Amino acid sequence: MILSQLPALQVTLPLIAAPLCLLVRSGRAAWGIALFASAASFAVAVLLLSRVLDQGTLSYEFGGWAAPWGIEYRVDIVNVFVLFVVTAITTVVLFFANDSVRKEVDASRQSLFYTVWLLCLTGLVGLVMTGDAFNLFVFLEISSLSSYVLIAFGKDRRALTASYQYLVMGTIGATFVLIGVGLLYMMTGTLNMADLADRLPAVMATRTVRAALAFLVVGISLKLALFPLHLWLPNAYAFAPSAVTAFLAATATKVAFYVLLRFLFTVFGVTFAFEAMPLGIILAVLGAAAILSTSAVAIFQDDIKRMLAYSSVAQIGYMVLGLSMASVAGLTASILHLFNHALMKGGLFLALGCMAYRLGSVRLGALAGAGYRMPWTMGAFLVGGLSLIGIPLTAGFLSKWYLVQAALGQGWWPVLVVVIVGSLLAVVYVWRVVEMAYLRRPNDSDASAVREAPLSLLLPTWFLIGANLYFGIHTRLSVGIAGKAAAVLMGQSQ
Amino acid sequence: MNVFGLYNYWIVIFLMMTGFYVVISSGNLVKKIVGLSLFQASVFILYISLGKITGGTVPILREGITLYSNPLPHVLILTAIVVGVSTTALGLALVVRIKEAYDTVEEDEIHQQDESL
Repeated sequence: MILSQLPALQVTLPLIAAPLCLLVRSGRAAWGIALFASAASFAVAVLLLSRVLDQGTLSYEFGGWAAPWGIEYRVDIVNVFVLFVVTAITTVVLFFANDSVRKEVDASRQSLFYTVWLLCLTGLVGLVMTGDAFNLFVFLEISSLSSYVLIAFGKDRRALTASYQYLVMGTIGATFVLIGVGLLYMMTGTLNMADLADRLPAVMATRTVRAALAFLVVGISLKLALFPLHLWLPNAYAFAPSAVTAFLAATATKVAFYVLLRFLFTVFGVTFAFEAMPLGIILAVLGAAAILSTSAVAIFQDDIKRMLAYSSVAQIGYMVLGLSMASVAGLTASILHLFNHALMKGGLFLALGCMAYRLGSVRLGALAGAGYRMPWTMGAFLVGGLSLIGIPLTAGFLSKWYLVQAALGQGWWPVLVVVIVGSLLAVVYVWRVVEMAYLRRPNDSDASAVREAPLSLLLPTWFLIGANLYFGIHTRLSVGIAGKAAAVLMGQSQ
Repeated sequence: MNVFGLYNYWIVIFLMMTGFYVVISSGNLVKKIVGLSLFQASVFILYISLGKITGGTVPILREGITLYSNPLPHVLILTAIVVGVSTTALGLALVVRIKEAYDTVEEDEIHQQDESL
């Protein structure tokens, strides 16, 4: 019986746990509740994944109101995979958060911190599950508002301005989504995504529907931080607390990417989005520009957190590039990269969190000689960096390999050049950190103070880094599901 | 269909562009939030005016009436108003914190202080 309620539980678990965190008022207890709630929602996601693999798409009607009038939660192989990634990452990062947050957030505000964290998780999970376009907007705003707050928890006062800037751009993006949904409603009289997909073909040729597509794509791209709408991201990631950066980098942009996939492929359909409208070439050019320009900018950053933030924008470029091909192979590469990038950026930002914990700074200069004092932390960063570059036997290699294969299959050879140049640029920025950590002498003044990060931080870090290696070798799970999800999106039955 | 028959959309576009312009052009953080609210309010009006059906009456079930206006956009926009209020509140709260940290709410002065670090 309870199994049929799983889709509702997925969203309500963190939603109910959030006010509990507020009530207990103690940072440690709030952390316990948050960890329990996200572990429970991870368990629910795993159960949902196994059910979807068994039985195909699940549909849940909220309050017993049948779709298309009621709100429907529709769980298919695409979103259950994203759910799996989001809930897994938040659970691992919360393990890390306990010690890291105690150092970076005032004791009196820690319970608030976990409250907002769970609200953000609720928003992200709901965004992925919902089959209703307006419900999607509400969850988008829940996750956005709580992530502005999470970013503003940063110690540096620039966290406040970064959060403000994100608020302004994020609200414009969300309002664009609202306009797009409104225009679709105007033409079809429905908000249910599956119903929209049925009714849209009859009114496709109108200017209103074209405008709706434009508003939705621009609005979602703002949340996705697609070049050149990424300007809010580097500051937001650089000044947020370490755990928040790892959480948002590994989940928020991934969920936005999923929303883009859902609208383009399920609601509008490939024929309209990529044949009637020239979206393929626009997204391909923006994706390639993102990879080349932001990888180049990353090289010149002294703050390593900001460097990885720019690199995140470049990685989003790879995903969008795969999407722009509008083929099963391209989408497989995109969804695979979504998964792999969550693993590598999650791991890398956690490694940075370990450095911030011991060194108090993640500026390049502070890392001199860190490779000898914090061998495990720097080792994790090195492996994560290799995965980011795309060295064989790491997860990062796989997704780039599939992307290049997909591109060559379609005769898009310039993509090959872009991927190679992007990877070489990644070699440069990862090398700068490695050189500083392993080849420079440590600063003498604080030599004795720096030790290896505590085990409570290292274990979650190495868990994600280890996953990079595991999924670089054992490809059946990740590639298999990504391939199935791509086939579903392209409208080929499972 | 004449241009003035769609006057509700003209109002929406005018409000939307005004709000958007304030967000982009103003350097004052409070004014930016006001612009953002205006921008959102224009979308509320867009939704509400969608619900009007020519000749339709208030959506209360009565005998002898077959044509009703659509109440759903109003309900949707109630939710969106709540979202808008929270955004404004959070934005202003951030401005208060920024004022405490920088002692100014002017964007260029904040940039100057950050660069001099």
